[in-house]
Amino acid sequence: MIALRDLSITIAGRRVVSDVTLPLAPGQVTALVGESGSGKSMTALAAIGLLPEGAHASGRVDLDGRNLLDLPERGMDALRGRRMGMIFQEPMTALNPLMTIGDQVAEGLRRHRGLGRAQALARARERLDRVGLPAARFPLGLYPHQLSGGQRQRVAIAMAIAAAPDLLIADEPTTALDVTTQAQILDLLRGLVRDEGMALWLITHDLAVVSGVADHVAVMQQGRIVEAGPTAQVFRAQAHPYTRALFAAARHVPPASPARAPGPPLLRVAEALREYRLPRPAPFARRPVLRAVDGVSLTIAEGESVGLVGESGCGKSTLARAILGLDALQGGAIRLDGAGVGPRMPKDQRAQVQAVFQDPFASFDPRWRVDRLVAEPFHLTGRPADWRDRVAEALAEVEIGTEAMSRHIHEFSGGQRQRIAIARALIIRPRLILLDEAVSALDVQVRARVLDLLARLRRQHGLAWLFISHDLSVVRAITDRVLVMDAGRIVEEGPTGRILSQPLHPVTRRLVAAAPILPPA
Amino acid sequence: MLARRLALLALALVGASAVIFAVVDLVPGDPAVFVLGTGARPDTVAALREQLGLDLPWPVRYAQWLGGVLTGDMGTSLAYKTPVAGMILDRVQVSLPLALMALALAVAVALPVGMLAASRRGRPADALAMGAAQVGIALPNFWFAMLLVLVFAVKLRWLPAGGFPGWSDPLAALRALILPAFALALPQAAILARVLRSALIETLGQDYIRSARAKGLSRAQVLRRHALRNALIPVLTILGMQFSFLLAGAIIIENVFYLPGLGRLIFQAISQRDLVVVQSAVLVLVAAVILVTFLVDLAYAAVDPRLRGR
Repeated sequence: MIALRDLSITIAGRRVVSDVTLPLAPGQVTALVGESGSGKSMTALAAIGLLPEGAHASGRVDLDGRNLLDLPERGMDALRGRRMGMIFQEPMTALNPLMTIGDQVAEGLRRHRGLGRAQALARARERLDRVGLPAARFPLGLYPHQLSGGQRQRVAIAMAIAAAPDLLIADEPTTALDVTTQAQILDLLRGLVRDEGMALWLITHDLAVVSGVADHVAVMQQGRIVEAGPTAQVFRAQAHPYTRALFAAARHVPPASPARAPGPPLLRVAEALREYRLPRPAPFARRPVLRAVDGVSLTIAEGESVGLVGESGCGKSTLARAILGLDALQGGAIRLDGAGVGPRMPKDQRAQVQAVFQDPFASFDPRWRVDRLVAEPFHLTGRPADWRDRVAEALAEVEIGTEAMSRHIHEFSGGQRQRIAIARALIIRPRLILLDEAVSALDVQVRARVLDLLARLRRQHGLAWLFISHDLSVVRAITDRVLVMDAGRIVEEGPTGRILSQPLHPVTRRLVAAAPILPPA
Repeated sequence: MLARRLALLALALVGASAVIFAVVDLVPGDPAVFVLGTGARPDTVAALREQLGLDLPWPVRYAQWLGGVLTGDMGTSLAYKTPVAGMILDRVQVSLPLALMALALAVAVALPVGMLAASRRGRPADALAMGAAQVGIALPNFWFAMLLVLVFAVKLRWLPAGGFPGWSDPLAALRALILPAFALALPQAAILARVLRSALIETLGQDYIRSARAKGLSRAQVLRRHALRNALIPVLTILGMQFSFLLAGAIIIENVFYLPGLGRLIFQAISQRDLVVVQSAVLVLVAAVILVTFLVDLAYAAVDPRLRGR
């Protein structure tokens, strides 16, 4: 059994993890929960000996009576992969793009078991079968770019468990995946723990995932474990105020807007059709066509809040791009307030719709200061003389102080960045805001505050929004009506409460069933 | 897709030949006047123009030239009265091996230096390697060439100081190319080592490197097995450009070592208004550059499976 005892980590003299004691029992799932920056990942990296340069761990990581922190690097290399494996959050980048999946899974076996290439590949085949990638559809010679995110995460798991380690560390393994894929991957991990008797150390910020999977849970706040024990007991007792705060934030529903009759239609999408031409499968063959959006019709009324949900690849983002007027449609029409929407629409028309995306950092130019970033949409309307006052006003609305205007975006936390992104979307007073997974990357407490902010802004400005997400709990909390998309079509729509409590279409049922649920308070 | 790439390659060659022909044709100065001297009588000049085919309309001249090039007949040099194809062939026999040797040397030096610097990032070995690379880029290579001559030819008498004996004695020919190859390779090796280092450092920060370490691979194994190949794409780009440069850009080094290379040939031909030679020699160079670019594209696809089938 592997256990952490009084583990502390300092980075450049600053203590980021303090006195963490955590047993990781075989055949059990132990979860470590907390907000980003609380030190969860650092703790895991210390255990596996992959701390970044400049970080230093003290205390004990016990394995067979040895303290792994005392081992030289060569000794840790020999244990990593053999006694403990690790998978990470981002499956799209976790695999070497130039190496076949077979070779990547076999590599650890050749290193640790001294197997020849053929033997190692045969064993890799078994492991890939075990993680749900059967030989018929997933030959060893595939490259990562030929697989989806969920499939790549399966390969990463096969790689980590190839040499049958005692401990598998999974750092946010499903955060980047949609709900149905998340449920499948969690099922797979649980099955591996049951069948192979390994210990699983699950690191996550998602309490609902913990409640469905973990036997034990430890709650981490600012580098310290504030509460730990069997999951059911911790979740029932919520002895520590921080645990209670996390639960409250996860269950948070912003105050509802006063019910009112839907206004006149603002956005009308009629029979929208968007196709992509794929590469030729063979020379001179016809290029196959992927119909990403296949005859979608929808309406959003003024001041209405509409959710759009579906699995990855269902066409949500393609539809969003078309509504923003970034891509032309091959058929059908989109009209905003009666005027056509498309790549060549006039600037004043474009100013009616703004967007907020998932990754607040990637959607800002890192070299610009905040005042210039927030003022960016003025190029659509012409920059007014009092633009700096308007920027200050927009920032005040999202509760960011004026002193932020002269700073760069890297100086802000994830939640602050997302507020700034919202300020940027609001500054030219659009009538529709498109939020594409806009709160998915945020911690629960930050997410709760951003949702409150959105609700307030909607009340004050009568904004309509289209909220695209795979997180049903958020969609439930802040939308009036929901659309469910699958394979380019809207398969079900109606009032959010009814659709999520009595789903009719199989896809909706699958999404609702897959969504992890917090136990009732 | 190979068929499409080959078609593009042919198209690029035809396009390049047209541009070269147009540019050379537009250069002021009548080759006939140059051959006969400015004091020649107009009817003599006219007679020579007719003999050289300069009186024909340009489409005919272009077709004749291109047809000739394709059959190995590039015309006769105005200055030397010898077939141009033979002259270019003689020079390619010097320039091509020289460029290949210089490139091989550059890679042989840059590969270990770049890997060492990347794996010891921020430590003394890295600072030393990159400092040396900085010096390698900054040193004028003709100065370095003369230094090599002083040490290895004049002082130690290991290698010849210059000249080229021809390939009838392969050993002597190779010996004549060693010092110039070193002189040419130095700055290229320095550039290549820097590119490789920064590409490797970027690659070493990728998630899949962390995954590989989590499998139990050591730092050195990760560098060799995962990082190096992923860092190769920018290195290949630079290599292609360096080869093209070395083929014709070696003129200074050719002068230092009295080597009859392509660079010198073109330089002389231009100063003598020997347009027949210029035209065909430049075409040969452009063809070489296009061919190398094509090979680099194929190498990309060989390295990166995501680029195959495009």
